[in-house]
Amino acid sequence: MSRVRDHSEERLAWLLCTPAALAMLLVTAYPITYAVWLSLFRYDLRFPDERAFVGLANYAGVLTSGVWWESLANTLIITIGSVSIELVLGMLLALLMHRVLFLRGTVRASILVPYAIITIVAALAWKFAFDPVTGFINPWLGLETAWLTERWSAFLVIILTEVWKTTPFMALLLLAGLTLVPQDLLDAARVDGASARQRFFRVTLPLMRNAVMVALLFRTLDAFRIFDTVFVQTRGAQGTETISIVGYHALVSRLNLGLGSAVSVLIFLCVVAIAMLFVKGLGASFAAEDKA
Amino acid sequence: MSPHRGVLETLFWRTGSLVVIAYALLPVAWILSLSLKPAADLNDNRFVPRELSLEHYRAIFADAQFPAALWNSIGIAAVSTLLAVSLAMFAAYAIVRLRFRGRALILGAALSIAMFPPVAVIGPLFNLWRNIGLYDTWPGLVLPYMTFTLPLAIWILSAFFREIPWDLDKAARVDGATPFQAFRHVIAPLAAPGIFTAAILVFIFAWNDFLFAAALTSTNDARTVPAAIAFFTGSSRFELPTGSIAAASVVVTVPVSLVVLIFQRRIVAGLTAGAVKG
Repeated sequence: MSRVRDHSEERLAWLLCTPAALAMLLVTAYPITYAVWLSLFRYDLRFPDERAFVGLANYAGVLTSGVWWESLANTLIITIGSVSIELVLGMLLALLMHRVLFLRGTVRASILVPYAIITIVAALAWKFAFDPVTGFINPWLGLETAWLTERWSAFLVIILTEVWKTTPFMALLLLAGLTLVPQDLLDAARVDGASARQRFFRVTLPLMRNAVMVALLFRTLDAFRIFDTVFVQTRGAQGTETISIVGYHALVSRLNLGLGSAVSVLIFLCVVAIAMLFVKGLGASFAAEDKA
Repeated sequence: MSPHRGVLETLFWRTGSLVVIAYALLPVAWILSLSLKPAADLNDNRFVPRELSLEHYRAIFADAQFPAALWNSIGIAAVSTLLAVSLAMFAAYAIVRLRFRGRALILGAALSIAMFPPVAVIGPLFNLWRNIGLYDTWPGLVLPYMTFTLPLAIWILSAFFREIPWDLDKAARVDGATPFQAFRHVIAPLAAPGIFTAAILVFIFAWNDFLFAAALTSTNDARTVPAAIAFFTGSSRFELPTGSIAAASVVVTVPVSLVVLIFQRRIVAGLTAGAVKG
């Protein structure tokens, strides 16, 4: 009896999951396999007749070009810059939302605005704000800087835009972790004479480890894929090209499917590497929690 | 407020709250201000406009490009949301309610797609879509949007479905309700908040996307607002049509912001559901 039921239950479950699973395979697994295949060919849509199998030559071409390494470095600068600032600001914001009752609803509502705004719109708003012709930032700061025409100041604007747009998400994830820290533990630490700083670093933070890791994982992978902000603000000029921009230009602007697919596959491998690093860290973090 | 806390500390956190609100809203106020400045004042570097004018709004709606893009955005985001949430609902129900060996597999697949870099598939999709006629069409964007939001939707719905007391359904049946009535009056109202939350977040994703829209569309047939705004052309090739961009930005920002503000509690719950309970 129960075996029959198990079988029909299993069949129903697969039936319910199949549409979602098929969609996920069709739009990710299949194209990435196809990208691996395309990356082994010389295949430029502008010269389709010259299509030929070239083995790993596209990879050699990408990996020996300065463009790939420079854009990888740029991507890492933006990722590390924005995620570390977001972690600090996000934590402060989470503490603020957790502890302060003053205007709490308004604070929570207003930080969702950056989340809801289209990235392109946010990037353009900050671009116009920093623009020496239209913007208000220069008069406010008493400067006459053309921010987006110089490499490091352009990075600054890009990172600021990313931080503005995504700190709320980070803060909400951290806030969820913060609410799991038992208040009586903090009260006990206070009675024992721990200062606010000690309570935060010795009690709160260790208990939030998992929430911090999850937030960092999602935001790091997200920042690593950065495309919209850079595309709108500099189009990759001034040495701010990121790997997603390089991939997009090779594929869509230059229609070079072979070379572009090699870039795609390399980006995919980078993301897998980052994810594995974090998953390892998370595993260790969960294991530590189980023991505690 | 705890009584031990000093006046200074209270003041610090209160100032902090005000700073956060101002910082979050600053770019929105700025783009609104830009959109209302008459063309002659666009370059006056002032945060607050001297005079107000609706000329940029009239301009973008007089042109064919923006209304078409707005229609594409609304339609594509709505269809993607409907499909993603429906498929995710089936999968989440199976994950929460049924015992089968593929559970971990489905959840794992969803997690890896949440981390997947979309730029890695735009080339193959571009080529594939051109060959099978999906390039520059609604389904050509609906498919990637639906797929990339499925993980989020499955995650949120599983988290919400886990909290539903499913046995109520049996109780209603014992009391003489038909299976459909039990579903309609007992389960559906309990599941609705989760479904709604997932729908809002999926919609925002599809509404926000630029990469697929830029790579897989080329004309007013399917080009969505983010791509239209990014490729707006002004009177000269080298000058951005600042006023039109600002007005278009306000038009697409205000409705979504309002929805988010009205349903802020649900959205916060949805955004954190996967991370904490998953």
